[in-house]
Amino acid sequence: MKAFRILLRSINDGLRSIFRNFSLSTASILCSTITLILVAVAMVLSANVDNFTKKIEDDMTIVVFLDSKATSEEVEIIRNKIDNIANVDEDETIYKTKAEVKMEMQNESAIFNTVMGDWDEETNPLKDTFQLKVKDIEQINETAKEIENIDKVSTVRYGEGLVEKMVGAFKWIERIAYGAVLALILVTIFLIINTIKLTIFSRQREISIMRLVGASNFVIKTPFIIEGMFLGLIGSIIPVLVVLFGYTTLYDMTHGYLFSPIIQLIKPTPFIYYTSAILVVIAMIVGMIGSARAARKYLKV
Amino acid sequence: MKFIKIEDCYKVYKNGVTATAGLNLEIAKGEFVFIIGATGCGKSTLIKMLYREEKPTKGKVIVGGIDVAKLRNSKVYKLRRKLGIVFQDFKLLPKLTVYDNVAFPLNSMGAKKSEVKARVVKALELVGLKEKIRSYPNELSAGMQQRVCIARAMVNGPKLLICDEPTGNLDPETSKEIMNVLDGINKELGTTIVMVTHDKDIVNRMKKRVVLLENGVLVSDELKGKYKAHESI
Repeated sequence: MKAFRILLRSINDGLRSIFRNFSLSTASILCSTITLILVAVAMVLSANVDNFTKKIEDDMTIVVFLDSKATSEEVEIIRNKIDNIANVDEDETIYKTKAEVKMEMQNESAIFNTVMGDWDEETNPLKDTFQLKVKDIEQINETAKEIENIDKVSTVRYGEGLVEKMVGAFKWIERIAYGAVLALILVTIFLIINTIKLTIFSRQREISIMRLVGASNFVIKTPFIIEGMFLGLIGSIIPVLVVLFGYTTLYDMTHGYLFSPIIQLIKPTPFIYYTSAILVVIAMIVGMIGSARAARKYLKV
Repeated sequence: MKFIKIEDCYKVYKNGVTATAGLNLEIAKGEFVFIIGATGCGKSTLIKMLYREEKPTKGKVIVGGIDVAKLRNSKVYKLRRKLGIVFQDFKLLPKLTVYDNVAFPLNSMGAKKSEVKARVVKALELVGLKEKIRSYPNELSAGMQQRVCIARAMVNGPKLLICDEPTGNLDPETSKEIMNVLDGINKELGTTIVMVTHDKDIVNRMKKRVVLLENGVLVSDELKGKYKAHESI
């Protein structure tokens, strides 16, 4: 009960203190707001790069051309062998006969339709195929080689060379984006801690008096921590609005993709809500840590 | 049973200055003791050790059964809740009302609202300032601010009141009023009072125990003592 009363008083004191020290509180809030907007932008960017990379990776397909003399029993054996390769996503494996491949191509293009129109079962030069997806794109080269070694497999194609380059580039972009988010969060922590330190520095006399009249460290620190938490919370309002409305507007204006339909943006819902929640949590935790660290410095009287 | 026991106490600051050098002193419950001496004789360090703002370098300082040298920084509040401190510069929180300033130690301990109110009113009555309960410190005279400081020190019902030159910033008439308040607290509530002062008139008029320090050493300790003619303090 006693601890509960102390906590209630701390919340009350923490809130009142924001208004009592209005100018310094405003400085802390503005500092949080500006840095959190940067964090928000970096988070949105990195999440979209990540999403775009994953999408392209998901679309990567290995096409396996079978020997034209392969019997249906042999096709079944090849299918089993392919599905047994650890990196192959067996649920995504599609088998197409040469007749199905021909029909698909004819449907896609009028020229193909004309050229292939006269081909019958005997004269059709196309081959039966397996289209499959891999679980780990970085292992695609090894998986393709493994499939190539299966008996009655004629050719394996997956965009060799280009895929490796793209995967490498995406990994770098991802790393840079994550690094930027991390660096910005660290800068935010540093800036907020220092601004709150300034706020508390101006109140070190207050803290020393608290100590001298018998307040425990817990009683002294708690209102500052709660104050820091609220400063962070208030500071996150504008960044959250930027994410909620800014991202939705960007998405609507660009019709969901940047430059080309390949670069698709993440759909605003629920992405903007998750990002906003993360921003609020970051702001509150940083505010709390900043206050606790700054107050601790003056608790030695 | 002595309430304060100081045994062979040395305090040497990091810069090499020796504030107390083998000091021995005992103060019983209910005593009113003046600590006097020239500037730099160690009297401020002595009382700072009583409320553990400073730790002795060597020796023992025991207050109400607590050995201050062994008290960890995070546990200092346990000692300070047992005593009241009156400062020369009052150390009031300017943004809090008289009520909130006096209530502050009780709120820090998580006391009930009704209990806080009753005890704050009682403490302000003790120092004759009940009518200023809603005022802010800057709306009060220096004498009144010092009385608020005494009320804050007494609100907890401490057994020991430590006064660090409480009349240092006050005119003689106001000083007299403050001393009357402290004397009343000592006589009526039996609170032990240890007071550092430079004020000869107060010491001579009050006729209490007087401890004289010189270069960190106790040189005289007299019941109903006075400033002597050769003491140019």
